[in-house]
Amino acid sequence: MADTSTNGPMMAADGTPLKQSLARALRRQKRRALLLTAPLLLFVLVSFIMPIGSMLMRSIQNTAGTDYIPDIIPNVVVALEDWDPQSGDLPSEAAFKAMAIDFKAAFKNKQHTQLGRRFNYETPGMSSLFRKSGRAISRLKIEEITDFKAEMLDVDKDWGKIEYWATIKANSGYYTGSYYMAAFDAERTIEGVQMKDPDQRIYQKLMIRTLWLSALITFCTLVIGYPVAWLLADLPLRTSNLLMILVLLPFWTSLLVRTSAWKILLQEQGVINDIWIALGFTERLSLINNQLGVVIAMTHILLPFMILPLYSVMKTIPPSYLRAAKSLGATNTTAFLRVYFPQTTPGIGAGALLVFILAVGYFITPELVGGADGTFISNRIYFQFSTLGNWGLAAALGTIMLVIVLLLYYVYDKLVGIDNVKLG
Amino acid sequence: MATTLPTYATFGQKIWYYTFRVFCGLVFFYLIFPILIVIPLSFNAQDFFTFTPEMLRLDPEGYSLKHYRDFLGANGDYSWLQAFSNSLIIAPLATLLSVSLGTLAAIGLSQPHVPFKRQIMALLISPMIVPLIITSAGMFFFYSSVSLQGTLAGVVLAHAALGIPFVIITVTATLSSFDQSLTRAAANMGADPVTTFFRIQMPLILPGVISGGLFAFITSFDEVVVVLLVGSAGQKTLPWQMFIGLREQISPTILAVATILVVISIALLTTVELLRRRSERLRGMSPG
Repeated sequence: MADTSTNGPMMAADGTPLKQSLARALRRQKRRALLLTAPLLLFVLVSFIMPIGSMLMRSIQNTAGTDYIPDIIPNVVVALEDWDPQSGDLPSEAAFKAMAIDFKAAFKNKQHTQLGRRFNYETPGMSSLFRKSGRAISRLKIEEITDFKAEMLDVDKDWGKIEYWATIKANSGYYTGSYYMAAFDAERTIEGVQMKDPDQRIYQKLMIRTLWLSALITFCTLVIGYPVAWLLADLPLRTSNLLMILVLLPFWTSLLVRTSAWKILLQEQGVINDIWIALGFTERLSLINNQLGVVIAMTHILLPFMILPLYSVMKTIPPSYLRAAKSLGATNTTAFLRVYFPQTTPGIGAGALLVFILAVGYFITPELVGGADGTFISNRIYFQFSTLGNWGLAAALGTIMLVIVLLLYYVYDKLVGIDNVKLG
Repeated sequence: MATTLPTYATFGQKIWYYTFRVFCGLVFFYLIFPILIVIPLSFNAQDFFTFTPEMLRLDPEGYSLKHYRDFLGANGDYSWLQAFSNSLIIAPLATLLSVSLGTLAAIGLSQPHVPFKRQIMALLISPMIVPLIITSAGMFFFYSSVSLQGTLAGVVLAHAALGIPFVIITVTATLSSFDQSLTRAAANMGADPVTTFFRIQMPLILPGVISGGLFAFITSFDEVVVVLLVGSAGQKTLPWQMFIGLREQISPTILAVATILVVISIALLTTVELLRRRSERLRGMSPG
């Protein structure tokens, strides 16, 4: 009668049922694993996820400077509530009065130029209107004025432009879609939101160029990386380890060093052009500050990211498969196409996705060797951010790009698995 | 494709074999040439970015250490040296942060039962995938709101976040071949978890941790976009200085800097390779 399992659950040493005891041990194990991960998760949350979140917020927050627009012009927002821009009439007298009051307050806080610049992103001309009207409106005596419309039009006749008032009305909420509107090359007209003329759709053009050049670069890395990975997988370990250094050294070398090396090599008076002339040609090639330069440099920079995943897949394919195919009568081409190549497709998928994801977000290389027609969407984001100061639009463009990259990342995770990323 | 050409190979096979080899050779040349070419160019006595006739004749007159002296501030401009020392402050701090947190998390993630493991991994590796311009724009907004923008701490935090994926990838890879029964054996003999970690687990996964650390170091040491947006004049790093130099007037000092950086990368690569072989030998995976 020593067997306890016949008349009750199996017991652990401390007298609790074994099942319960095991479940507790499992829970403890899970808790410990999460506790070990927690500090890093917290760190990534604060240093990385929250910044990304604040960028997403920026793309919809309707602010001028540090304040929300409805907080700067509260009276105007109320007064414009009933006005319909499509009616063809200017807003009511009350709206002009509200504008005079809010504008005076904004001038006092030195916010009127920021406000004008904010509206100017959508309707050119408003920045100068706000700037020029500043002092004149600040001098108006609100209590003494009877006809605000006439008084404001006297300050600047542009206050009589319906489209200006339409822009103000459209941007009177705390949140706005207008940055996305701009990022998708749409514009607000009196008739509503419309796409811009095809030749003015700069972001669409840039987005297509970024995707096209990234695809081209991915294709180039595949075409020249595939044979090299094959050779490395096929050679004896000692030789291939040695040759592998030639692949890994660029991988470890500073991106800026590689970009500057290409900038120096490809320039008009550079080494490659000197060799070209020495070969007897008279015309120097223009290899830099165009799309060709970007493709040459970025293919070089991203090539290791293609070779390494390809190599690790090819390494697992037994060479006997090819021999078997040939001994069964396949020609070299058939053996390659029907036996070897299909087995390398996971490597191609992994390498191509990785290279494409990295290429889409490139900034430094296109900035330095791209010139005018070789820049990527990242460069435009940086330009909007640092030079034009339109942070909202930069954030909206960034968000669109983030969505594209995350979609690709999701596909990569499904096809390859995050845990299969290898470095060197 | 065969490694060696059999004696009975046909003419066509011979052509194919040699074409293939030559093609691969050209690709290797393409990979390595731009990196090595900056080394001789950096000894140019002139302010040119190409070989002068004197250099081609191997005339000692054509060579000088001028650009290296400029790097060290011989022309009265200490900005390169300043940038270099900033880099040498920021990179180790960021590395320390990402290695310590990353190793701990990698150990947690390598336990047998981790809830949401895949999602956590995806999250931790995302700093490597998200385009830098997006990351840095977000960091600019967020760090400004908590007054970290333009501070050393801000740049270090940002760089540590960028280095984490590399630490996680290398350390989890090392841990995947770590025999978990060793920690159980240690515990069995009375060691507490901390002792087990430092005496048993750490020495065995150290090569992976160091490789991850070197990756994190080079990530921070090379990074420019985050420094451009999150940093301020006080955090000008070497890549920052190079980027600005390349965008405006290219100064030949860049050649000397590039050479120094190439030498550093060679040193790091050698270290990582040696560590990898050592760890493979420890695990009995490779004969060498």
